[in-house]
Amino acid sequence: MTDRLEGWEKVTGAARYAYEYPLENVAYLAAVQATVARGEILAVDAEAALGMPGVLAVLSGGNAPRLAPVDDGELAVLQSRRVAYRGQFVAAVIAETPETAAEAARHVRVEYAPEAADVLLRADHEGLYAPEKVNGGFPADTESGDPDAAFAASAVRVDATYTTPAEHNNPMEPHTTVALWEDDGTLVLYDSNQGPSAVQSTLAEVFGLEPAQVRVISEHVGGGFGSKGTPRPNVVLAAMAARVTGRPVKFAVPRRQMWATTGYRTPTIQRVRLGAGLDGRLDAVIHEVVAQTSAVREFAEQAAVPARMMYRAANRRTRHRIVRLDVPSPSWMRAPGETPGMFALESAMDELAVLTGVDPVELRVRNDAPEDPESGLPFSSRNLVACLREGAARFGWDARDPRPGVRREGRTLLGTGVAAATYPASTRPGEAVARAEPDGTFTVRVAAADIGTGARTALAVIAADALKTDLGKVRMEIGDSRLPRAVVAGGSAGTSSWGTAVVRACEALLVRLNGEIPPEGVEARASTADEVRSRQKYARHAFGAHFAEVAVDLDTGEVRVPRMLGVFAAGRIINPKAARSQFVGGMTMGIGMALLEESIMDEAFGDHVNRDLAQYHVPTCADIRKIDAVWVPEADPHLNPMGAKGIGEIGIVGAAAAIANAVHHATGARFRDLPITPARVLAEL
Amino acid sequence: MRPFTYARAATEDEAVAACTDGAAYLGGGTNLVDLMRLGVAEPARLVDVAHLGHDRIERRADGGLRIGAAVTNGDLAADRTVRAEFPLLAQAVLAGASGQIRNLATVGGNLLQRTRCAYFQDVTKPCNKREPGSGCPAREGEHRNLAILGHSAGCVATHPSDMAVALAALDAEVRVRGREGTRTIPFGDLHRLPGTAPERDTCLEPGDLITAVEVPPLRMPSRFRKARERASFAFALVSIAAALRTDVPGGTVTDVRIALGGVAHRPWRARRAEERLRGARASGEAFLRAAEAELEAAEPLRDNGYKVPLARNLIVRTLSGLVAP
Amino acid sequence: MNSVPADGPDPVRAEITLTVNGSEHRLGIDTRASLLDTLREDLGLTGAKKGCDHGQCGACTVLLDGRRVNACLALAVAHDGADVVTVEGLARDGRPTRLQEAFLAHDALQCGYCTPGQLCSATAVLDELGRGLPSAATPDPAAEPVPDDAEIRERMSGNLCRCGAYAGIVAAVREAARA
Repeated sequence: MTDRLEGWEKVTGAARYAYEYPLENVAYLAAVQATVARGEILAVDAEAALGMPGVLAVLSGGNAPRLAPVDDGELAVLQSRRVAYRGQFVAAVIAETPETAAEAARHVRVEYAPEAADVLLRADHEGLYAPEKVNGGFPADTESGDPDAAFAASAVRVDATYTTPAEHNNPMEPHTTVALWEDDGTLVLYDSNQGPSAVQSTLAEVFGLEPAQVRVISEHVGGGFGSKGTPRPNVVLAAMAARVTGRPVKFAVPRRQMWATTGYRTPTIQRVRLGAGLDGRLDAVIHEVVAQTSAVREFAEQAAVPARMMYRAANRRTRHRIVRLDVPSPSWMRAPGETPGMFALESAMDELAVLTGVDPVELRVRNDAPEDPESGLPFSSRNLVACLREGAARFGWDARDPRPGVRREGRTLLGTGVAAATYPASTRPGEAVARAEPDGTFTVRVAAADIGTGARTALAVIAADALKTDLGKVRMEIGDSRLPRAVVAGGSAGTSSWGTAVVRACEALLVRLNGEIPPEGVEARASTADEVRSRQKYARHAFGAHFAEVAVDLDTGEVRVPRMLGVFAAGRIINPKAARSQFVGGMTMGIGMALLEESIMDEAFGDHVNRDLAQYHVPTCADIRKIDAVWVPEADPHLNPMGAKGIGEIGIVGAAAAIANAVHHATGARFRDLPITPARVLAEL
Repeated sequence: MRPFTYARAATEDEAVAACTDGAAYLGGGTNLVDLMRLGVAEPARLVDVAHLGHDRIERRADGGLRIGAAVTNGDLAADRTVRAEFPLLAQAVLAGASGQIRNLATVGGNLLQRTRCAYFQDVTKPCNKREPGSGCPAREGEHRNLAILGHSAGCVATHPSDMAVALAALDAEVRVRGREGTRTIPFGDLHRLPGTAPERDTCLEPGDLITAVEVPPLRMPSRFRKARERASFAFALVSIAAALRTDVPGGTVTDVRIALGGVAHRPWRARRAEERLRGARASGEAFLRAAEAELEAAEPLRDNGYKVPLARNLIVRTLSGLVAP
Repeated sequence: MNSVPADGPDPVRAEITLTVNGSEHRLGIDTRASLLDTLREDLGLTGAKKGCDHGQCGACTVLLDGRRVNACLALAVAHDGADVVTVEGLARDGRPTRLQEAFLAHDALQCGYCTPGQLCSATAVLDELGRGLPSAATPDPAAEPVPDDAEIRERMSGNLCRCGAYAGIVAAVREAARA
C-alpha cells in the first residue's frame, strides 16, 4: 500500500504539467478549425487578424513550413488544401497574449469549395471494407469450423445487434504543448502525452531531425486514456509556430476543439450470434463489427477480437469492416476493441442466460475456455471462473431472483447484472538504466509516462524489490525522452514493459556492485528486446467480472448505479493502493459509457454537436456510489519478472454490459444501444 | 473574445446611463463570459452591476420576499426563510449548476441566461436566435433536449434555468429599472415564446436592468424536482416546481401551482392543468388527467417525444408527493 | 463610477489589486483576462487548472473572498480588491491540511489535474457543511444537512475527475468532515 510518490506535489499544486513551465518570452497559439466537413480551401485571408496589435503570425497552408509525410495523416498539419473533416486545423494565430490569439483566430477568414460529405456510419454502407489488420495488429477476419451451420442447428440462438456511440476520452488536462527551438536546432517540447519516446521519434520524422535533436518533457500528464498515446496535431502545430516566430509557443487545445482533433472511440454496430445447447454450452460464436475511420488515417477498432478467446465453442467467426467517412479520426480510447466488443458479447451472453434459464455466472463458468480457442495456445493463467465465483460471493449473487422486472421499491425498479472482462497482458521491449549513487541511494531512469496510473510509484516499488532496498532509497526519473527509450503508456503494457527493463537494469547493477561505490557512481543499462522476443508462446490475458446493481426510476427513466463490484485476476498486483484506483477508475468510465456518454454526429454539418463537458456527460461524483474493486491471487510465471499483468484498461471492459444486464433484470427491457438514457428507458417502460 | 471596456457602476442611475448600445450588464458572468468566449455575445462594454446594493433578501410586509437581483444563487439557497417557507425555490436553485457556479451566478443573471441549444452556442452554424433569419438547424438536427411546447418554426430552444421554474410557480414579479424609470413585470410575462422573433428571450428593452424579484408568500406545501441523465451538474431534461393545498388531507384542491422547465422557450406555467385541478379531489387519477390535459398541446420533435411522458409522470409524482409526503 | 476607457478594437488594459494566498499584487491586465489566466500566466500560480474554460469541469476552482468559484468564469477586472486562495495557499508552512492528508491517504487522485480544484472545492464544502447550508441531496432544505456520503457526493459534483477517483475523494472529504 504505497502512496503516490508525487502525491504531495499534486495536492499542493506544485506538480508541473506541460503548460506550466516558467519560460521567458512565450507566445500563445490559437487554432482555426475547418467549418466544412469536406472540400478544398480556396483562400485564407489573414489580414484582419494580422492587423490586430499583438498578433505575431498567422499560419496556414500557404505559409506553413513543409513537413515530411508520416503514416498518421493527422500530423500533416496545414500541408494540404483538402479538408478531411469539420474541425480540422486549417490555420493558426500566434500572439503575445492568449486573449489576443483567441480573438484574432476568430477573424481569420477561410474560403472553401465545399463538397458533399458522408459522415454517418451505417451497417449497409457501400464503402465498408476489410482492413488489412485491425488495431493491435490482428487479422480483420477469423473463422473456424462451420459457424453458420452450427448456429442454424443450435437449440438456443441469440442473434442481436448492439451499437455503441462515438465516445470521447476527455482527459481533464487538454492536449497541450509548449514548443521551443534552441539555438543549436534542438526542438524542445513540454508536452502532454503517454510516451515521450514516441513523440520524440515521430516529431523528429515530421521535422526531418535526428531523434537526439528532439527533447520531449512530460513529467506530469493530466490523463490520456489513449488519446495522448500518439502525437496529435497540437504538438506539430506548436512546433511549427515556434519555428516561425522564434519564440516559445504555448498551445493547449481548447476543450471544444478536442472533439475533432484529439481522437475518440469510433461508433460501432455489432451483430452477435450465439448458438448453444439447452444447457447453455456454446457451439457457435459469430461476432461481426462495423466501425468508421477517417479520410486521413485508418484506424480499425478491434471490437470482435475478445470474442476470439473469451469462450469455448467449436464453430466461430469474427469479422471487422470499416468505412472511411468525412469525420475526425477515431483512435485509442481506454481498451479499444475490448470495451465496445465486450459490451456486445457480454450482453449477448446475458440474453443467452435468459433464454436458457442458466444463471449468468454459471453460464460463463460453463463456457470457460481451457485453452485459447483459436490459437490452441495454453493460457499463461486464466482465472475468469475465480473472479466470477469470488464476485458472486461478495456481491450476494446467490440470493438473486432471476425474474426480470419484479423488484420494486416505491417508484424504483431494482436489478442486478454481471459481465465478464478481459484484456491482453502484453510486454514490449524497452530500456532502463539503474544507477547506484555514492550516498547509498539509487536512481532509476526510464522514459515512461505517469498519466495518473501510478507508474512512477509502481516502477519505484519494482526497482526497490529488485535492488533489495528500501523504497525511500530509490529515485525514479521518468517523463523525459532523454531517458532510456520506453513504450507508450498504452495497451496496459506500460508497467509490464518498463518494469521488465527496470528489473533487468537493477539486476545488472547488483552484479556490478561489490563493496564501495566510487564517487562517480555505478550504472547499468538493460534492453529487453531479446528477452521479450524470445518468450515462450502463451495466450496472456487478464480477466475479471463486474457485478452491478441498478435503480431505474419508473417515472423519469433515470438509471443510477447504487452498487458496483469488480473482481480481477491480473497477476501480481504491484501497488494495491493505486491498482484499486485504476480498476475503480475504469469501472467509473464504464458507468459513463453505459448511461451517459455519447458524441452526437450532426449529419447536416458533419461534426459532433455536443462538444463540451456540459453536453457530453462524463460521470460526476454523484453518479458513483458504492463502488469497489478487488482481485484474486494469481501467480503467473510466464509474464515478466514481476508476474504482473497490466491493469489500466480492464476496469472498463464489460462494465457497461454488467449495467445494461442489470437494467434488463430491473425492467425486463433489453437495451442494446448505448447509452441507456431516460429517453430510451421511458420508451420501454 | 472581443476587447471591451469595463465599468463598475455604483448606482442604478450610473448603470442604466452606462448601458448604451453595444453594452451589456455583468452580474456573476457565469453565462455571459461563457458566451463571450464562444463569440456568441460580443459586447463592447461591460457594466458591472454587482455592486449596486442589490445583494439583499428582504422580508415584505405581507410575508413575501424581495430578492435583490445581485443575490448569488448560493446565498439565495442558503437563506433561512427561503429554505423554510419557499422550499421549492431553495430546491430549484440547489438543483442547478454546481456549488462553484452558484457562488458566482446572480438571480438577475440566472433569469436572463440564454438557451444551451448547441446551435445557438456554435457561431459556425445558423441559428435564428443568434442571427435572425439564418435558420434553425435544431428542428431537423439535434434536439433531444429542446422544446415540446410553444416552439415555432424558427426556434425550438428551451430556457435553461431551474430557478425560473420555481419563480414561475410562485407568481413572482420582476422589478425592472429602465431608461424610462422603474416598473414591475409579472413573472409570467418576462420570458417570451419564440414566435417569429426568437432573438428576443424576454420582454425587456435595451438598457433594462432587473433590480429585484418580488415573491408573494406561498403558505402551502411545495416541491421542485428535476429529471436529468447525470445525477448532478446537468441541465434538466424536464423539471417541475409545484405547490398544492387541499381543504382537508386528501380532500379538495383549493390552490395549486405547476410550472415545468426544459419543455419550452420559457418556464412553462401549466395553467390548464391547474384549472382542471382547482376544486377537484386530490387523487392520482385527477393529477394524471390534469397532466394529460396540459400536455395535449405538446408538439414533440422527432427525437424528444420522451419529454411528454416524462413531464406527465413528474406532474403526477410531484403532486402525489405533496398530498401524501 | 470607476471606468476603464474604450480604445477602439485594441485590447483594453486595466489595473487591479488582488490578494492571493495572503500576498497583495498590483496587476496590469487585459479586461478579457479571466481570474484563472491571471493567476496562471501573470502570477505563475499554476495550481488552479484549465480543464474546459467554460465552468463545466471545476478544475479551476479557487476560493474567492472565502467562497469556491470557477476562476475561468470570473473576469479578473470584475474582482479588483478580491481575496483569493488557490491550492498553493491551502497548506501553511509546508504543513498539509487535513484534506490534503486525507486525499493522499485515500488515493483520492490519479493524474492530479483535477486535484487542486477538488481540494479547493472540498475546503469550501467543509465550510458549507459547518455553516449548515443545504444541498440538492438534503432531504429537507430547511433542516441541517448531515454530512453523509450522499451530501458529499452532491457537493463535490462540480469537480469532474475523468480518472474516476470519486470513491477516494468522498472517503477523504468524509474523513476530514468528521475530524
